[in-house]
Amino acid sequence: MSENKETFTEKKSTRRNFLKNSGLTLGGIVLGGAVTSLVVKNNDGETTVADSHSSHGAETSNFNRALMFFNIEQFLTVEAAAEQIFPKDENGPGAKELLVGYYIDHQLAGGFGSNAKEFRQGPFLKGEPTQGNQSAILNKDLFTMGVAALDAEAFKLAEKKFYELEEEKQIELLQKFEADEVALNGATSKQFFNLLKKLTIEGVYADPLYGGNANLEGWKMKRYPGSQMSYVNIIEKDEFVEMEPKSLSDHQ
Amino acid sequence: MAEKLPKKDVVIVGVGWAGGIIASELTKKGYDVIGLERGKDRDMADYLHGHDELRYSTRKEMMQDLSKDTVTFRNHTKMTALPMRQYGAFYPGDGVGGAGAHWNGQTYRFGPYDFEIRSMTIERYGEGKIPKDMPIQDWGITYDELQPYFEKFEAMAGIGGQEDEGPMAPPRRAVFDKNGEKKKYPVGPMKVSPMMKMFMDATTELGYHPYIVPTANLTEPYTNEDGVSRAACQYCAFCEHYGCEYGAKADPVVTVLPVAKQTGKFTVRPHSTVIKVLHTDGKASGVVFRDTITGEEYIQEADVVVLTSYVFNNVRLLLNSKLGKPYNPETQTGVVGKNYCYQVQQSGASLFFEDKEFNSYAGAGALGAVIDDFNCDNFDHSDVDFLHGGALRVMQTGKRPIATNPVPPIEGLPGWGKEWKAATLKWYHRNISIGGQGASLPNRYNYLDLDPTYTDEYGMPLIRMTFNYHDQDKKLSKYLAEKAEEIGKKMNATYIKVNGLELGDFNIANYQSTHNTGGVIMGNDPETSAVNSYLQMWDADNVFVVGASAFPHNSGYNPTATVGALAYRAAEGIEKFIKEGGSLV
Ligand SMILES: Cc1cc2nc3c(=O)[nH]c(=O)nc-3n(C[C@H](O)[C@H](O)[C@H](O)COP(=O)(O)OP(=O)(O)OC[C@H]3O[C@@H](n4cnc5c(N)ncnc54)[C@H](O)[C@@H]3O)c2cc1C
Ligand code: SF4
Repeated sequence: MSENKETFTEKKSTRRNFLKNSGLTLGGIVLGGAVTSLVVKNNDGETTVADSHSSHGAETSNFNRALMFFNIEQFLTVEAAAEQIFPKDENGPGAKELLVGYYIDHQLAGGFGSNAKEFRQGPFLKGEPTQGNQSAILNKDLFTMGVAALDAEAFKLAEKKFYELEEEKQIELLQKFEADEVALNGATSKQFFNLLKKLTIEGVYADPLYGGNANLEGWKMKRYPGSQMSYVNIIEKDEFVEMEPKSLSDHQ
Repeated sequence: MAEKLPKKDVVIVGVGWAGGIIASELTKKGYDVIGLERGKDRDMADYLHGHDELRYSTRKEMMQDLSKDTVTFRNHTKMTALPMRQYGAFYPGDGVGGAGAHWNGQTYRFGPYDFEIRSMTIERYGEGKIPKDMPIQDWGITYDELQPYFEKFEAMAGIGGQEDEGPMAPPRRAVFDKNGEKKKYPVGPMKVSPMMKMFMDATTELGYHPYIVPTANLTEPYTNEDGVSRAACQYCAFCEHYGCEYGAKADPVVTVLPVAKQTGKFTVRPHSTVIKVLHTDGKASGVVFRDTITGEEYIQEADVVVLTSYVFNNVRLLLNSKLGKPYNPETQTGVVGKNYCYQVQQSGASLFFEDKEFNSYAGAGALGAVIDDFNCDNFDHSDVDFLHGGALRVMQTGKRPIATNPVPPIEGLPGWGKEWKAATLKWYHRNISIGGQGASLPNRYNYLDLDPTYTDEYGMPLIRMTFNYHDQDKKLSKYLAEKAEEIGKKMNATYIKVNGLELGDFNIANYQSTHNTGGVIMGNDPETSAVNSYLQMWDADNVFVVGASAFPHNSGYNPTATVGALAYRAAEGIEKFIKEGGSLV
């Protein structure tokens, strides 16, 4: 390729540009990949990839911080429960600061909440543990029931909402749910707990485009570099290489 | 009434690796081919902007939509089979490119022992070594006979590997031209990362024979004989579950399919689910399919029908079309559905190093090192009570943060909360795994048939899998797990978590591998196999059933190179059949 790295960074190369400017070719047919023009030789003769510019930093407000599924009471309980799964500590922020509550809210409002890609034909029989999840209950309903049960247990304990309890009591209740000691309509509290844990981890570590992992803090804490274009120059390196994480929005 | 479409020379059902290879080979020869694919069309634009763990790995963007079609499963015939409602043990592909669009690209050949497993086992150990309920069979083709087809696949895809792999890997000929020299691989091997080096050093010290995993992640720019040029792998770490935005990973979408399209002889029709093969008196006339967007039904007539719709739908289409004799495990007669096999994938060791951090967020689908010392019949089985074996390897595919939150086996470490969070952050970069990939040998009670209760969205019965791990698998798993532990100790890991010492019942909820095999197996005898060594059906000579469905058992290797080789041979057979007609053997 004739273009060097400088021209590339100057051009603020984006994936859309790659599409336009480069291509896998086959007898003149452009297959259109992030290839030739992007992959350049550096001075050591090693193949490398031009960096794309970060478009981060100038954020004013986050319009994503609003609810599409929970009501505000439910939301506060979800946020508190997620924070106990992934709490703030000396390593960095917890689920709350990472906006995991909003992530969970948005997921349950969409296809995942309605189990869109799952097989939903009956009969729904109980089955053996080796046969996987056979529940007829949708993710969004399991979650709402679970949250209601957390609040009901909190009320029994201290006549409070779950999010109003002190930390130790919240942990105690979540342990009870994990140990399957609370009855839910047609489901087990362990099923709810597992879904809560799964969605919390997703909200901490998914690309911020989904509403969680605020400011890439989840990735920074884990020293995970996110969406980089190439690791060809570090793959053989013995020492640990840390880099500033990139999100998908860096490549838009 | 279903609308009839203009007749073609060949109709292909499912446009993944097998369908793509057949399409490109036959259109290059001038035949008119249509490929019906239930999923969407794909090109490179679908692969850009793809480094999204949630969308592709967690939510399985590129995999089969289970709301439309799934398998039902039971461990044994006394259980009621229930549908796999959400993703678990395996991830079948969907859309143009099939699972080939989002595979890892670890590209091993099966070994010579695999193709003649029965004869070679008897020769070395006597017939008594084969358990009563284990119908292992020779494949009707030898490694030497299949070798030219492996080479075709490897040249097309640009497979990379080490020239000197040592004595345990399947033998290779130096047939690939490279700058005037003959090489055993079209391109060189992948780079060696520190964790691979540790594994290679430790296994060498133990007297084993490590080599670099053969790869379809292109290691240098490469132009194949069809004129397709592709760029080199960037070790970007978003490989399996993802399309490759560089076109570096060999995938039907960037190799065989554009070649077929360029001939002007190939039509791909996406959003088209085939539900039946039409046939009378041992001749197929075409297929019935539904447009999945409008629901309209169509008939596509053709001289030759090729099923390349992966194991489950290859079997399902035959059974739903009443083509071929269904297998019956009680009488052990019939062939369609027989010898369904899988992979013994649980054994291995998770290693934690207090003093070492790896750049394990980087990687590539097929970046790794492997030993075959316990694979195939590479060691003496006289003193063990199982057959075959498996590979042990360290793979660096790129650890992504949602899926990877490892904690060492320390007593009392909780599964969430403060302590857990700190532990996952500490050990994330300090953890590597030795994975075992064991062969799966047939058992008479492991088979596929039609489910009596559950159907797809068009009312066609789902495929029912009856499968469990038996003594053979349990002993093999334990053996590999112990070897993995031995290697982990040699690598000086601080903590070792050994998996697979006790293999329980097969559980469909946990991901193992998308290496399902069997059901329409090949062989020399119509009594014990469904297709001959060209994958032509014994019961209908213009029907070819191509894919891992043809494997009479599964090896300790990943399957796709062998699928590819068999597809090239099938393409040759189809052409021969169109010219000469009749049975090819
Ligand atoms: C995550 C993952 C990683 C993998 N990694 C490796 C690896 O490293 N090495 C290796 O060797 N193998 C690997 N595999 C396996 C590999 O992908 C398969 O062996 C290979 O893709 C099989 O090719 P195929 O053409 O037989 O089937 P597929 O690629 O599955 O193609 C079948 C096609 O048929 C279509 N289809 C199905 N039913 C119908 C119907 N009724 N009508 C119309 N179309 C239909 C499907 O949508 C699909 O597109 C991996 C698989 C997965 C899922
Ligand atoms: S690891 Fe390599 S082959 Fe795989 S997707 Fe990334 S660049 Fe492509």
